[in-house]
Amino acid sequence: MAKKTGIKIKAADVSVHYGDKQALHNVSLDIEAKTVTAFIGPSGCGKSTFLRCFNRMNDVIPSAKVSGSIQLDGAEINDAALDPVLLRAKVGMVFQKPNPFPKTIFENVAYGPRIHGLVTSRREEQDVVEDSLKKAGLWGEVSDRLHDQATALSGGQQQRLCIARAIAVNPEVLLMDEPCSALDPIATTIIEELISELQKKFTILIVTHSMQQAARVSQKTAYFHLGELVEHGTTVDIFSNPKNDQTEAYISGKIG
Amino acid sequence: MTFFTSFSSLALLIVVIAIATYLFSRRKVTQAAAADHVKPHSLARYYGLYAGAWALLPAFLVLVVWTLGSQPFIDANVQTLLVQAYPDLEKGFLDLKLAQVQNIAAGLIESQDETLLKLADDYAEALQQASNLRTSIVLLAMLVAVIYAYRRVSPALKARILFETLLRRAFFIAAAIAIVTTVGIIASLLIEAVRFFSQYGLLDFFFGTHWSPNVALREVAAGAADEDVGGSTGSFGMLPVMAGTLLVATIAMAVALPIGLFAAIYMAEFASKRVRDVVKPTLEVLAGVPTVVYGFFAALTAAPFFRAIGLNLGLDVSAQSALAAGAVMGVMIIPFISSLSDDVITAVPQSLRDGALGLGSTRGEMVTKVVLPAAFPGLVGAFLLAISRAIGETMIVVMAAGVSAKLTANPLESVTTVTVQIVMLLTGDTAFDSLKTLSAFALGITLFTATLLLNIAALTAARRLGQRYE
Amino acid sequence: MSNVVQKLGAKKRAAIIEASLKKRHAKERRLRAYGVAAIIFAIGFLVTLLSTVIGNGYTALQQTQVKIDLEIPIAKLLNDEGQFDEKRLRRYGWGSSIKKSFRTNFPDVTDRMAQRALGELVSANAGFELRQLVEAAGPEATLPTSFWVKTSDDVDMLMKGRMDRNLPEQQRRLSDQQIAWVDALVADGKIRKVFNTTFFTAADSREPESAGILGAVVGSALALMVTVILSLPLAVMAAIYLEYFAKPGKVTDFIEVNINNLAAVPSIVFGLLGLSVFLGFFGLPRSAPLVGGMVLALMTLPTIIIATRASIRAVPTSIRDAALGIGASRMQAALDHVLPLAAPGILTGTIIGLAQALGETAPLIMIGMVAFIVDVPTSVTSPATALPVQIFIWADSAERAFYERSSLAIVVLLLFLIAMNLTAVMLRRKFEKKW
Repeated sequence: MAKKTGIKIKAADVSVHYGDKQALHNVSLDIEAKTVTAFIGPSGCGKSTFLRCFNRMNDVIPSAKVSGSIQLDGAEINDAALDPVLLRAKVGMVFQKPNPFPKTIFENVAYGPRIHGLVTSRREEQDVVEDSLKKAGLWGEVSDRLHDQATALSGGQQQRLCIARAIAVNPEVLLMDEPCSALDPIATTIIEELISELQKKFTILIVTHSMQQAARVSQKTAYFHLGELVEHGTTVDIFSNPKNDQTEAYISGKIG
Repeated sequence: MTFFTSFSSLALLIVVIAIATYLFSRRKVTQAAAADHVKPHSLARYYGLYAGAWALLPAFLVLVVWTLGSQPFIDANVQTLLVQAYPDLEKGFLDLKLAQVQNIAAGLIESQDETLLKLADDYAEALQQASNLRTSIVLLAMLVAVIYAYRRVSPALKARILFETLLRRAFFIAAAIAIVTTVGIIASLLIEAVRFFSQYGLLDFFFGTHWSPNVALREVAAGAADEDVGGSTGSFGMLPVMAGTLLVATIAMAVALPIGLFAAIYMAEFASKRVRDVVKPTLEVLAGVPTVVYGFFAALTAAPFFRAIGLNLGLDVSAQSALAAGAVMGVMIIPFISSLSDDVITAVPQSLRDGALGLGSTRGEMVTKVVLPAAFPGLVGAFLLAISRAIGETMIVVMAAGVSAKLTANPLESVTTVTVQIVMLLTGDTAFDSLKTLSAFALGITLFTATLLLNIAALTAARRLGQRYE
Repeated sequence: MSNVVQKLGAKKRAAIIEASLKKRHAKERRLRAYGVAAIIFAIGFLVTLLSTVIGNGYTALQQTQVKIDLEIPIAKLLNDEGQFDEKRLRRYGWGSSIKKSFRTNFPDVTDRMAQRALGELVSANAGFELRQLVEAAGPEATLPTSFWVKTSDDVDMLMKGRMDRNLPEQQRRLSDQQIAWVDALVADGKIRKVFNTTFFTAADSREPESAGILGAVVGSALALMVTVILSLPLAVMAAIYLEYFAKPGKVTDFIEVNINNLAAVPSIVFGLLGLSVFLGFFGLPRSAPLVGGMVLALMTLPTIIIATRASIRAVPTSIRDAALGIGASRMQAALDHVLPLAAPGILTGTIIGLAQALGETAPLIMIGMVAFIVDVPTSVTSPATALPVQIFIWADSAERAFYERSSLAIVVLLLFLIAMNLTAVMLRRKFEKKW
């Protein structure tokens, strides 16, 4: 299934400090386009921190300092001259806890295209909203109540709404930070199926706590421990034939 | 003898006896326990506290109730005597006579008037009798209570449980004082207001357009006295007063809302920690400045300033203007709005901010399109509380808004407000004219109702916000 | 399946977003600028307010005096035992002898009108104050032959540059002639400015130069004493009840709603309550700090209750559970274990509540503490005024000299408030615990 495509993102020597504490140590990793790459590892291992480097969400935290280089299609994203707004329009993100805005379902999905000026009329907005909701597999459930408050949806629906909201801007890369950790097993299954579907159009990086999930949805896996990238490779290799003892211990459930 | 009858010495005596009761009861239970070789149910001090409370509370209650209750009773008696002595006098003058009698009896003023002297003697004697009686009753109550409690003290008595039950009840009463106060406010305002409305039409009061209670006030009213003099009963149509209140409050909110809100947004979303650490305390200082100081500034600095600007622009700004009072009141409310809004904005979960930024919003878009709409109910709550403050604020308007009641929307003119009128009506020299005094309470209940509704609405709005993010 | 946005293609899409950025960032900068402007306005106002008050008030720290040569025939004031005789003291023309002596500075002023104008330069209370001085010195003292007595407030204002000499004569409180006399006295070295002790040692007076804030300060202190005695125990009891014993239900809800609402009731309404219940119904004395303190206590109660509950809640439940675990009753856990730990927070809240109460004016006006009172109150039932009310009274007076004193009184009030709040902050810092 994992077909060979070009390298979308090249991360080299990335370190992150929160104040005096170093959360990530010199991580280098190449990410393939239109592939699902999973970051796994015990909690506090730096996988989420690493994920937030790809759309510079660490900028939001005043004490955070990022060094190293990340190139997206050959362009450096840590360049001070690059507007993070532009970057984030290209690299969308879905968060751990569903965070729909306290607006209607329609307004939530239309938000991104509207602020970026990608839609110019109500008709275009409707087109994007409908299409994005369809891609997120939510359209059937909400098509008749687009103007209800988004916060009234169930947790799983909210998370799919957040995915719809993210893909409405048509980013190239989609970051997912433990998108299913707050959801029940049924909602999780739906989202996992959705991820496999989305992979056709987007390069997806997913942080997950669950190794089974990583095994189910990803083609590539990177294992982190204590802020260091221990091992990475195809998911099949990592799970069946880990080269590193720590990885093996984690995968077999000895640590974690 | 008077030593034993004065309030403070009697209170002291009660405390001393209570302490003695504490000590004796504690000793009694320790000795009894030692003699019978039993372990008392509670620690020894609880027996002391139990008996001490019995000694203290009934006596103290009687003392306070008697002290507060006897005065109106005696006054009423003297009043009857006064009516007999001066059958033709108006009620207002009777009150004056009563005050005279009280002052003569207290030795504050001298008089040659035989009738008054006689009444004063009666009055003094009644007072003396009352306090003698008070001492006797208080001591009697105490004696009974002490004997009862002391006899009950024995190792088998569950002293701790009894004492803690008492404390718990006392604590409940303390908490219920909030209710008592509210009821007291409503009752006292309502009783006087009902008396007012029995003499003056309800509709005339709320929808009348002419307010001239015709109060001869001291210097303060001098400017407005020319309004209309003459006519022994004033007219009490509160619309002009209401209009003035709303005008001043509107100006205040027009100043406070944008400034307070923008300051809060900046502080919550953009300011560095260093800036916050400096600005927050500064705004708190602004909030801690007493309103009389704002009033002083409004009357003696802001008003002349606006007047001078007006002169330059060829506008006639009144020496006491709604603008000066409203603008300074607005500044007073800025820290109120900014700190409430700051809290509300900060309470918006970080996940919403992350969501907005993750989609590529600028920080500005995040604030205006996501954070503020999310905080909206809370902001409305803060806004309502601020309005409630603005219409209830007294000193600034008393000192800077003026007293002339006119229906105007011109901020450059002098207007009057509900609170100003309450102060004027109740501090004037003509406090005898009952309709004027009573009208202040009618205004008072109107003000209280308005602020109560605003407060409830604000609490409801805040609660809605709370539920959204629980 | 592809939507409008996807059809744009990566290049066009990036171009659109990039084109929008300038405007969007400008909007954000405007939002920030509004915020900065709002903060600068607020701070600027505070600075203006403080500098106005201090600028107007600092001159009240000084009082202008004029030198009077006067030999007091002390023997005439004594009775046979060599003690001061009240009747003789009263009969001696203190004021007139000062004026007579003062007139010798200008022997050519003989016209009665002019003499009166001349007399207006000396304080109307100068005679009374001279008598107090002599009485304080005692019957045996050797008195000097010249005294410094206060000038009238108008001369004081002139000397402090608070009276514009360039105004037309009719708009000035001193005539050209009077100003010329003052200038002559200054040239003679007979006018001086000294520290205004009266301001800190006297109560109110009709004459600005004899008016001070001591009466008001004592009145405020007495009222606050009553406030703290009433509100602190009640607030602590109420807070313990609500945190430890109240069962969730309608009664508790109703109490909480009442407390929250009372915190937002306009202060003047509390004044009306005090007027009709404490004065009208219970017949307590008018203008008394007792009643003022009671009204302020009701107002402060919600503040202290809320602060106390917060500091009780800040004590971890593990402390309570530990106490309950070793067999303490709920009441013992609350009083013996939690309350001492919450005490600093309660104290801080109380001080802040009292600071608010100290600045309250309107309710005190309603219960008559706005009366003109020349004596320093001696008990909670004697008539008194309070510091903020004194500021109000003086600010309302016509004389320029009262304006100055009002400003200085504000400075004093603010100093008290700052001291109280600093104490609260320091207490909080000192006892702040991270659990």
